[in-house]
Amino acid sequence: MALLEVTDLGISFGGLRAVDELNMTVEQGALVGLIGPNGAGKTTVFNMLTGVYRPTDGGIRLDGENLVGKKPHEICKMGIARTFQNIRLFNKLPVLDNVKTGFHNEVTYTLPESLFHAGSYRKKEKQMDEKAMEILKVFDLDGQWDYKAANLPYGKQRKLEIARALATDPKLLLLDEPAAGMNPNETAELMETIELVRRRFQVTVLLIEHDMKLVSGICEYLYVLNFGRLLAQGTPVEVLSNPEVVTAYLGG
Amino acid sequence: MDMIKHLMETRRDSVIAFGIVIVGYVVMQALMATGNLSYTISGLMVPICAYIVMAVSLNLTVGILGELSLGHAGFMSVGAFTGIVVTTVLAGSVELPMLRLAIAMVAAALAAAVVGVIVGVPVLRLKGDYLAIVTLAFGEIIKNIVNVLYIGLDSRGLHFGLVTPRFTLEEGGKMIINGPIGVSGIDKISTFTAGFVLILITLFIILNLINSRQGRAIMAVRDNKIAADSIGISTTRYKLMAFVISAAFAGMAGTLYAMNYSTVTAAKFDFNLSILVLVFVVLGGLGNIWGSVIAAILLTALPELLRALNFNDYRMLVYAVLLIALMLFNNSNFKQRLLERRAMKQAEKEPKEVA
Repeated sequence: MALLEVTDLGISFGGLRAVDELNMTVEQGALVGLIGPNGAGKTTVFNMLTGVYRPTDGGIRLDGENLVGKKPHEICKMGIARTFQNIRLFNKLPVLDNVKTGFHNEVTYTLPESLFHAGSYRKKEKQMDEKAMEILKVFDLDGQWDYKAANLPYGKQRKLEIARALATDPKLLLLDEPAAGMNPNETAELMETIELVRRRFQVTVLLIEHDMKLVSGICEYLYVLNFGRLLAQGTPVEVLSNPEVVTAYLGG
Repeated sequence: MDMIKHLMETRRDSVIAFGIVIVGYVVMQALMATGNLSYTISGLMVPICAYIVMAVSLNLTVGILGELSLGHAGFMSVGAFTGIVVTTVLAGSVELPMLRLAIAMVAAALAAAVVGVIVGVPVLRLKGDYLAIVTLAFGEIIKNIVNVLYIGLDSRGLHFGLVTPRFTLEEGGKMIINGPIGVSGIDKISTFTAGFVLILITLFIILNLINSRQGRAIMAVRDNKIAADSIGISTTRYKLMAFVISAAFAGMAGTLYAMNYSTVTAAKFDFNLSILVLVFVVLGGLGNIWGSVIAAILLTALPELLRALNFNDYRMLVYAVLLIALMLFNNSNFKQRLLERRAMKQAEKEPKEVA
């Protein structure tokens, strides 16, 4: 059974059909890309997968469990974590605490324990600090653990968002344009990071991307959206040589 | 490790801050005992304690949760009148005034928390200005309800009436809350010591909350609701948690405040009081708990100090000018640069660890 199964997924906003009859499967451990021109509905698909929007038709299953109608925080508990196209960090919190919030449902203690700093508070906090520092090290952010998230440079903010998502221990990681606004060097570094993350955290990755170099470099399989519909799918080589895809991208 | 050193420093800082509060209490207590404080200043001690608790608890809603509430006095009112009723009921059975006050405060906290849930569930669906306006209305509603509330006590128990006292008390019965006339003949059992203990408890619990998984969740919701949702934080749950805890402490402050006067009316807990407390919070710095404490003390004591300095004609003018000046300073580039310079000096002092 595939990790993620999307069947006949569709959503309308008033008269606009943003996504229509989308079928997708993502296998356990795969690195899959979702590409398409601006306005094709890629982020809308992510928003449906994470419960921000409720699809009007179709089904989404993660490990066989239905996701439609679940709230975003419930879907996170079920094993989907994401990053955002426009970075959404907890700007006033330190880098370390941004990651620690990701452990919210992983490492828990009760409200009385936190009001009195009693019981397992100290032990659990220490455990979170250590785990968070480990994740930060992977992203080379451990030196800046006490910076406010807002004060990090752009590329590092992107990395911190991935780090925070990984802290929730997801089965499936959704990356929404991770390379947006990055220069070629940063993009190359990011590709390495994504590969590393996948191996180290044993996580399946679905990413939205415009950067063709990134997509063809690391993705094993691609889905191409255009005007909310699936235009093509296959390996990067197949898809990028598909004349329909080229037309859609170049606007022929 | 670098991180552990940092944690030790934060702990040391808060120990120092708590130390200053305790020293302040001892000094004021000594001054009062030796009769070195004027009547007005010593009369201000309990209200100041109540204002501190109000400011710290409102900071939880406004600074930590990031939602503007203009009805904090409403929760104080609920706590005040609950406390009055409870202490009156317990007057015969619980001899020790401190214990009676403590029980009343717990009851007040519970009552205010219940009202906090009732108000919070619908209100916290709103955002920003809308939420502010609804909380403002809530404060006014509470004031108007208490204004027409009649509660009497006799040997048969408590009697309630709204708009008119629809009950007649037995011989020897006592009218506790008498509509617009309010409450009179209160047993003044609030003391500076009680206020001080309440401040310590409030600071301890709220600072602990902020430095915990729940506190981080609340601040995460403040900084970015959608991102908080995406990492598995139930935003409604944590908004409500902050709002209700904030209300509970306002309730306790209400009891402390009310039991310091022989008469209390609903009109005391009006919009002006909510705004006054909000001024403490904003001037002390949003999210800065110790700032709220300092602002509450300074801004309550300042008018009285100016009076003592024979500044009587101009004291409210000075007060207003100072408020404006502080506000400008808080938002200025000048302050930003001061903070940056301090941070740089600190960075120079501790050489960077070479990886």
